[in-house]
Amino acid sequence: METLGLLGDGMLIALQPINLLLIVIGVTVGLFIGAMPGLGSVNGVAILLPITFLVPPTGAIIFLAAIYYGAMYGGAISSITLGIPGASTAVATTFDGRPLAMQGRASLALVTAAIASFIGGTVANIIFTGFAPLLAGVALSFGPPEIFALMLLAFATFVGLGSDDIPKTIFSICFGLVLGAIGFDQISGAPRLVLFDITGFLQGIGFLVLAIGVYGLGEMIWTIEQTRGDVENTTPRMTAKGMAQDTAESLRRGWRGTTIGSLIGFFVGILPAAGATPASLMSYGVTKMISRRPQDFGRGSVDGVAAPEAANNSASTGSMLPMLTLGIPGSPTTAILLGGMVIWGLTPGPRLFVDQTEFVWGLIGSFYISNVAALIINLAFIPVFIWMLRMPFTILAPVIFVLSIIGGYAATRDMFDIWMILIFGIGAFVLRRMDYPLAPAVLAIVLGPIAEPTLRQSLLLSGGDPMIFLNRPIAAPITIIAISLILLPLVKVFRKKKPA
Amino acid sequence: MSFTKRAVLKLSCAALVAFSPLPALAQDWEPRRPIDFVIMAGPGGGADQIARFIQSVAERYDLTSRPLVPNNQGGGSGAEALLHLNNANDPDHTILVTLNSFFTTPLRQANLGIDIQTFTPVAMMGVDPFVLWVHRDSGITNFDQWLETVRGMNGDYVMGGTGSGQEDSIVIAFLSNAYDLDITYIPYDGGGAVARDLAGQQIMATVNNPAEAKGFYEAGDVVPLLAFSDERLPAFPDIPTIRELGHDFSYANQRAVVGAPGMSDEAAAYYQAVFTQVYESPEWQGYLESESLSPLWMSPEEQRAYWDTQVANHRDLLASLGQ
Repeated sequence: METLGLLGDGMLIALQPINLLLIVIGVTVGLFIGAMPGLGSVNGVAILLPITFLVPPTGAIIFLAAIYYGAMYGGAISSITLGIPGASTAVATTFDGRPLAMQGRASLALVTAAIASFIGGTVANIIFTGFAPLLAGVALSFGPPEIFALMLLAFATFVGLGSDDIPKTIFSICFGLVLGAIGFDQISGAPRLVLFDITGFLQGIGFLVLAIGVYGLGEMIWTIEQTRGDVENTTPRMTAKGMAQDTAESLRRGWRGTTIGSLIGFFVGILPAAGATPASLMSYGVTKMISRRPQDFGRGSVDGVAAPEAANNSASTGSMLPMLTLGIPGSPTTAILLGGMVIWGLTPGPRLFVDQTEFVWGLIGSFYISNVAALIINLAFIPVFIWMLRMPFTILAPVIFVLSIIGGYAATRDMFDIWMILIFGIGAFVLRRMDYPLAPAVLAIVLGPIAEPTLRQSLLLSGGDPMIFLNRPIAAPITIIAISLILLPLVKVFRKKKPA
Repeated sequence: MSFTKRAVLKLSCAALVAFSPLPALAQDWEPRRPIDFVIMAGPGGGADQIARFIQSVAERYDLTSRPLVPNNQGGGSGAEALLHLNNANDPDHTILVTLNSFFTTPLRQANLGIDIQTFTPVAMMGVDPFVLWVHRDSGITNFDQWLETVRGMNGDYVMGGTGSGQEDSIVIAFLSNAYDLDITYIPYDGGGAVARDLAGQQIMATVNNPAEAKGFYEAGDVVPLLAFSDERLPAFPDIPTIRELGHDFSYANQRAVVGAPGMSDEAAAYYQAVFTQVYESPEWQGYLESESLSPLWMSPEEQRAYWDTQVANHRDLLASLGQ
């Protein structure tokens, strides 16, 4: 009850005209930053940090959080309309969002993304409001073995029960793991897999570089090859009635993904080292696994759009939790927010909730308001984004190519990354011709660099004994579920043979 | 007529000089695009906190005409960040917040081909001390009790710290050698993760900087036992230093800003001016005090000399610790 009172006060703070204005501006700016390939919420928040010194700290963090939220919504836009992931958090959205757009259902995909984002964000806010201090303890109880077990589970969801060819999925995962291992070894600091002594490899393969290559460029080549440039241009009409129908359809066909994404997203978001990108990929995997129509995934499943979008919004609220309660940022963007808080004279950490109630609840209240604002603004802009799709493919393809190159270059300003995008684009096209699923490789390059150090830290803790994953109360059940998921397809094969 | 002609010519020449843009003076250089503000560690650690604090001060006083964009490159014990600067294609817009791996990583990995003297000194913001921390629930309240506990566990005592050969591992290796302890060391990618895993009791002790452990210390979760500074830290007056226990040792992390190799003199002068202002700001002076850092201001020439001494010291230290 006391919490509700505090939340009410917080919402009133967020609804003050100046704060409300900051929310609307922040969400709109964030939406466009998120939609631009190569510009993620990190850049947006860093570039706009100076503006926040003009307003009181509560207004400042509300503004930054609104940008962060807006960018999570915006990332989906270019993923769906152009097939280029707008931000790393929206890579999983391309898996099904792009096929839906190619089928002339871009409006459905965009509406689904907006609704799922809204629900994900709201569910996360409610969990956050009710259980923040308690969950801070949960985040702390996840040491290296628990995190590794969770990573294992994520890989298992992509292998087990999938409709794809299992050996090809495993090959794809291994390929991603090798790419993720390029660069410096986190534990010893030694360089490894520096192919041909090209210094660019020392920096490792950027995840966004792979994603833009595979999805932006690879997808474009694929479309050209499939259609010979003769892309059907369905002209979706965005009317109030059409939008209402899309909303109903997205809820009907995407509720599973939305629910799973909301819950997994929040939980993964609060964990150290994770953040919104792994959260969205893991939610996609789990949703596909429990779906009754897993064969639709990757071919335009509404659940496949809803899950990652609900997850990345939920995770962005989740990653605020370790930042506020422990002073540990869960993502690069929250790290910048943390820097801002320090200069405003606030010490994030276990004492913040006690000492700075107005600030904390003002911020939490603003999460709710930002979410509503983001949904409305996003829905209002959907017709504009749809209109872009009506351009002939002969114009759209060069635009996609140029945006892919700019997006890849913007992050590091290194020509090496552009060569990698071209190589990945062509490589992805070839692999796709041979029916290799590419999503597992993308998952592996994100999760590999988290899984590897936690595996090695765990084994150092146990003196080399792998039983550490089965001896600890939290790690054990996760590990057992993960291993069963990997073994399940084998059992299925065995069963199929018996009755015959 | 010719006289008038000449006069006109002279006048026009004068006008040309007067109205033409002046040749850029050293102080006139300004960044033309966002500044790549590279951090040699992962998010949440001491170097990261300081980088973000500096960024905020610079933004608050509008010291740079283009924003500083933080870029965490913690891989390979800082090697990733050093190479990033070494290969920077725009050295005038690339600066680095360093820690001691600026000295140790090029020593340990000679094949990277990094010569830190090619880097451009910008500002020495202070030095950050190390403190030995345990979790409150361990019941340990002083260093002797800690020694007893570690010895009683026969190698099962687990400490966490930053990557191998980095600052934390040097301090812990010194402690192990000096007291003949058998400690299992778990490397992490940054001090923030180390502090969190001590609070969650995944590991048993750390040598975090005070700033990294502060939130948990204030909440009463972690307990300081020993400082690795020359004198007792004002924030922890009851905590003895390792010097008081009879060891000629102290260790601190440099918190400095350096520019990429090949940075122009004009750009270097610009950043030196910016970070001098940051250093003198009440915010930074307050941070030095509240987070127990010691001031150690130096001119660019003194910084280069300091780099040489530090490299020599670390070479000896790494050799004596067998790292």
